[in-house]
Amino acid sequence: MGTQFDFPGGIHPPDNKLRSLQTPIRQAPLPDRLTVPLRQHRGDPGRVVVAVGDHVLTGQPLSEGQPGRSVPVHAPTSGTITAIKSHEVPHASGLEETCILIEADGRDQWYKLAPCPDSASTAERYDHLHRTGVVGLGGAGFPTRDKLQSAEAAPDVLILNGAECEPYITADQALMRERPDSVVAGALALWRLVGAGRCLIGIEDNKPDAIEALRQSAEGTSVEIRVVATRYPSGGERQLIQLLTGLEVPSGGLPADVGVLCQNVATAVAVDRSLRLGEPVIQRITTLTGEALARPGNIEARIGTPLDHLLFEAGLDPQRLHRLIMGGPLMGFDLTTTGLPLIKTANCLIAGTAGEFPDPPVPQPCIRCGLCEQACPVDLLPQQLYWFASAGEHRKAEHFDLFDCIECGACDWVCPSHLPLTEYYRHSKGVLRQEQKEQAEADHARQRFEERQARLEREQAEREERRRARQQAREQRHNVAPAEASEAATAAATSPTAPGPDRETLIQRRDQARQKVEEAQAQLAEAREQTPEAVPKLERALNKHQKRLDAAEKALSDAQEDT
Amino acid sequence: MLTTQRIMLWVMAATLPGLLALIHFFGWGVLINVLWCMGIAMATEALILWIRARPVQHTLMDGSAALTGLLLGLSLPPLLPWWIALVATASAIILAKHLYGGLGSNLFNPAMVGYALVLVSFPEAMSTRWALPLSLQETPLSLLDSLSVFTGLGSTSVDAFTGATPLDDYKHAIDGAIASQVTTAPIYGDRVALGWEWVNLGFLAGGLLLIQRRIITWHIPVSLLGALTIMALLFGYDPDQSVPLSLHLLAGGTMLGAFFIATDPVSAATSNRGKLWYGAGIGVLLYTIRAWGSYPDAVAFAVLLMNLAVPFLDYYTRPRTRGHKRAGRGVPS
Repeated sequence: MGTQFDFPGGIHPPDNKLRSLQTPIRQAPLPDRLTVPLRQHRGDPGRVVVAVGDHVLTGQPLSEGQPGRSVPVHAPTSGTITAIKSHEVPHASGLEETCILIEADGRDQWYKLAPCPDSASTAERYDHLHRTGVVGLGGAGFPTRDKLQSAEAAPDVLILNGAECEPYITADQALMRERPDSVVAGALALWRLVGAGRCLIGIEDNKPDAIEALRQSAEGTSVEIRVVATRYPSGGERQLIQLLTGLEVPSGGLPADVGVLCQNVATAVAVDRSLRLGEPVIQRITTLTGEALARPGNIEARIGTPLDHLLFEAGLDPQRLHRLIMGGPLMGFDLTTTGLPLIKTANCLIAGTAGEFPDPPVPQPCIRCGLCEQACPVDLLPQQLYWFASAGEHRKAEHFDLFDCIECGACDWVCPSHLPLTEYYRHSKGVLRQEQKEQAEADHARQRFEERQARLEREQAEREERRRARQQAREQRHNVAPAEASEAATAAATSPTAPGPDRETLIQRRDQARQKVEEAQAQLAEAREQTPEAVPKLERALNKHQKRLDAAEKALSDAQEDT
Repeated sequence: MLTTQRIMLWVMAATLPGLLALIHFFGWGVLINVLWCMGIAMATEALILWIRARPVQHTLMDGSAALTGLLLGLSLPPLLPWWIALVATASAIILAKHLYGGLGSNLFNPAMVGYALVLVSFPEAMSTRWALPLSLQETPLSLLDSLSVFTGLGSTSVDAFTGATPLDDYKHAIDGAIASQVTTAPIYGDRVALGWEWVNLGFLAGGLLLIQRRIITWHIPVSLLGALTIMALLFGYDPDQSVPLSLHLLAGGTMLGAFFIATDPVSAATSNRGKLWYGAGIGVLLYTIRAWGSYPDAVAFAVLLMNLAVPFLDYYTRPRTRGHKRAGRGVPS
């Protein structure tokens, strides 16, 4: 069944998928050592719950997450934790991240898994997915719980993304053609979970084997298999939604805004296994391909497996290796070393030769030929964005909807001047985001300062008021009963219950203490953002100041009660 | 895969049918102009690149200078002396291209800047050096004659070989005659305009090839020719009063302009919608200047005037970005 909807632009690069589809999915042998990054998703790293020297079992949580912020990771096999330290991870930035290093014991003993009880509510099921570390396995790594929760009401349409439009990548295709039953089971599990009106699986028509297998498996269910014409980037979330439903996800919005939920097919399988078996995400199918590999194919490997282990399995010829790409050739990024671990979002690893991925020619000036514009799937004007971005006019680029760019790289691919357009856009976005952040911080600081000024003035005024009131009272007393007043004054002076400092001093002390507390709070807030290692120390300091403030306030109120 | 160089080569190749028709009907002068202008363009480009300390060979190989020279050579009257073509080409490359920052940065179409410059500077030569179709010359112009005219050496007088173009002739002749009388002149031939019709069909064929190869899109040629057609039908529906549509389309530089000049991506509007407005603007101006101006043909002025409007068009003809309700407009202040 075709589709009547369309998205603009798109390209038809050679798909190079056959190479990795010659053999069925292989199981990667267990490595001796594994490196599990704490962050394998969009968000922050979770909190480590194990220590160096601990023995962990397969599937045991290594960290705990905080819904909406971080997602836990689990031990991919049983073994001993040898280190928790910074280690290189596969990321476009090339930066290091905290990782948990495990020495496998080879027994692969499983932790006791807890399936989600049938009686669980939807919210409890979402949390169950969170605890089992389910994130989008299509490449973006968006936490699945957060995505499911983004819909306030049940979506009209649940879409399973099996388009897999990027060249070279066949992980989803291999999954769909070899395990169509689990894909359909995943679709049904997700469907039950979110209660959508319809459930569609979108696949590009260059995967007839997967389409056929899924059709057979989906027989008797209401899951609809929808075939779309092969065109990059039909597998982009917004593009696939547009192809299958004709709906446009609003700029800056979510698919939920148009009543759609979109999940990758592999994610659906992970959801099913998490709910039914309690199985955390500790392995995935990854495409190993490229001309530098003698045995390309799809391999199911544990998260944390060193990439060189996998590449060795696939028969890497290091002499011929020219570029190592994680992800596809259009949206993936280059790795400079093979010593990195496999992560949840790694759907493909391309070991390309120089003939396959020649170094790009020297860029030439943009002649505004407009090929990029015809290729853009969002109807942007890439040549204008490039013009602004390269001139540093980022605000103009923003005005020309820079942030609607999905960074699919179609414009790069068609550019006859070989300009790295997407890189310019990413840079421009980064500059704008930084500006926004700085602006927000400046606003915040100014607000804090103004509020503090206002409070100090208020307190000063209150003190003045109280002083005047006291003076008035004193004068009245002097006038009405000078004798009584003087008596009282002598009594106060000699009273053994008021030997401490006078009230002015107490107020002053209270104010000083309050100021200290506020300063400590500000320092702590700053440290949380910038220097997390200083947080515990500052927390202790804040506690101390808080106690002092409490004491000062108590002393003051005692003194007020006395007088 | 297309590269900038390959795009330029395709455009040059696509001019071949028109170029061959020009040579066939109007003699060697066109070829001499084309080769001379291409040579001058590349030499000037090399010189300027050298002065600007840019990689000379690498940049020359992009083919853009050669293309500018080629387009100028195709546009200029075939029997011009060498120095007018030189002035036109050198100013195209120096003034219109490199003073703006080189390839990709120029606001105006370089070839048309060069053309307009010599048109206003040397109006006499630019209007009287058009060759008659060879079949109408008493002794057809030989290669040697052409070279003699071109270099100014020898004693060949051009008067025997030149004549008004059909667009020019009709515009003036119709004031004192009716259409059937005017078109009895041999320069109109049996169909529309002897020679010119084939030249224009040649450029049309080349242009369609460029669209088929996705080097240009249909927007500019279609809106340009469409606007010209509408103007000609609206204002020039009576062939006894004004130049008819057939001459507008098939005589003069219309097809060369529509498919090869106006579609220069650097100086044209950006978005598809912008291109439609841009092409239509050229079509309207083309008719306006031809019908009510003092120039018989007007591709250069029409294109240059619309080049001026491109930044404005670009700000107000953005496509609607997917996910937005309507298209964005203007620029942030």
